[in-house]
Amino acid sequence: MLSRKVSVATVELRFSALPAHVRTARLVAAAVARRSGVDEAVLDEVRLAVGEACSRAVHLHRRHCPDRPVTVTLVDDDRVFRVAVTDEAPSEQDGSPADDFDEFTESADLDQDVAPPGVGLAVISGLVDDVAVEAGRGGGIVVRMSWPISA
Amino acid sequence: MDLSLSTRTEGDSTVVEVGGEIDVYTAPRLREQLVDLVADGKYHLIVDMERVDFLDSTGLGVLVGGLKRVRAHDGSLRLVCTQERILKIFRITGLTKVFPISDSVAEAVAATD
Repeated sequence: MLSRKVSVATVELRFSALPAHVRTARLVAAAVARRSGVDEAVLDEVRLAVGEACSRAVHLHRRHCPDRPVTVTLVDDDRVFRVAVTDEAPSEQDGSPADDFDEFTESADLDQDVAPPGVGLAVISGLVDDVAVEAGRGGGIVVRMSWPISA
Repeated sequence: MDLSLSTRTEGDSTVVEVGGEIDVYTAPRLREQLVDLVADGKYHLIVDMERVDFLDSTGLGVLVGGLKRVRAHDGSLRLVCTQERILKIFRITGLTKVFPISDSVAEAVAATD
């Protein structure tokens, strides 16, 4: 019989760095979170945070290593639902949303209307209480987030 | 749910009704729509977000890009949104200070005229 072990993935998703797959990652994360017992009211937050982390990873992979996949690990860790989004691209400057967007809204450059890369991480920090960003393998980062399981 | 877009004229404004999910995959279509409207000489835009289910920072980037485009022609871009989960994202990013946000299209049209 299998014993329950911390850090063993409940569901692991590895996807090519394409924007279309970010939606899939969001849907899977929300479905696993719901099944793990994460409060219904918090599922929107899970969906948005995982989407932001994956969008950021896809954006950086497309620029630096388009052939490498992005990995999302979803763990039902008894009382806590843990998510880790791992990329393998070198990090670019990640700033605060206010600074980034101030600069962005004031610049007259119309060709550059993609949100600055720091905004995704900043949205996550503003949204999720428990979030940590760690150095990962291959120069990338791991965005770790967790939510309490209510049941 | 995928992105849906439709436009109509109300007074001096062009209303862009957006539905579904605005994310890294669908945002380029919204961007294209806003670029086309401005190229067409529509400088007073109202983006109705009442039927948007999901918005991320990529979508915010496109809206800011739209705002910059209409501003270059002394135009305006107003948002219509009463959904708390969407408004929260504008607050987190400080964009409530950048976009005028109305409770209804009628209110946004009145504010534009």
